[in-house]
Amino acid sequence: MTASTDPDSPREWRVSVAGEDGIVAARQLARVAAQGLGFGLVDQSRIATAVSELTRNVVRYATEGQGEAVIREIASAEGTAGLEIVVRDNGPGIADVEQALRDGYSSGSGLGMGLPGTRRLMDEMEIDSAPGRGTLVTIRKWLPPVRYPARGR
Amino acid sequence: MARVPIIRVGDTLIATVQEELYDHDALRLQDDLGQRLERGDVRGVLLDVSTVATVDSFLARLIGNIAGLSRLLGAETVVVGLQPAVAVTLVEFGLTLPGVHTALNAEKGMALLSQGRRDDRFN
Repeated sequence: MTASTDPDSPREWRVSVAGEDGIVAARQLARVAAQGLGFGLVDQSRIATAVSELTRNVVRYATEGQGEAVIREIASAEGTAGLEIVVRDNGPGIADVEQALRDGYSSGSGLGMGLPGTRRLMDEMEIDSAPGRGTLVTIRKWLPPVRYPARGR
Repeated sequence: MARVPIIRVGDTLIATVQEELYDHDALRLQDDLGQRLERGDVRGVLLDVSTVATVDSFLARLIGNIAGLSRLLGAETVVVGLQPAVAVTLVEFGLTLPGVHTALNAEKGMALLSQGRRDDRFN
């Protein structure tokens, strides 16, 4: 686990995912990062669960169950803060990404809702994968705008 | 990692799950409960998940398995204390714990178990 030290630059953490320790470490770190950015409890839960699912796929499907999760603070062009998590592995890859994103599809022993469910929990999700090339999944959640209470004049 | 403790109150087994449950310990909880149920005379299982921060598809399926195996061995399972944020996440994810009884807290869960036995409505 490493973090940049410059307080002005967006922070980034890396976790190696090998076995169930990696799943727990990645989701805990994602939760702490989400909390630090100001995400509420429900968003923290959504993000931690999404990271748990993606890293679980790495442990379950990837060759020798190894991969990496990178958690980083990001900002949109409009200046909205967000959290981006990239989970990558060198596993067998996904032949049909569209199919994997459909509810009810499963290539293994899972519930077949890992990827569609994860996409519903996040604002954005991209999958880059091909057979034999491994899988790289990027998910993002943007910080909802702060609504200040209306002030009377 | 730590084993989930199981205590017995009357004919009910109570398991309080820790904040971060490793897969290994979740599977061991299932085995431990199975062994305790095998001895007979247990009618209810109360799973307290009030401190559990993350329930993903693995843990949700495991909770369903515990409820299923308990029923086959003559006991009903009630999951208590699910955090609201976890409940929202589960519904959005598409995991609604079918076939699992739930209650807001341990007290209500115990009441549900004893009432269910009286009314025989779990059968």
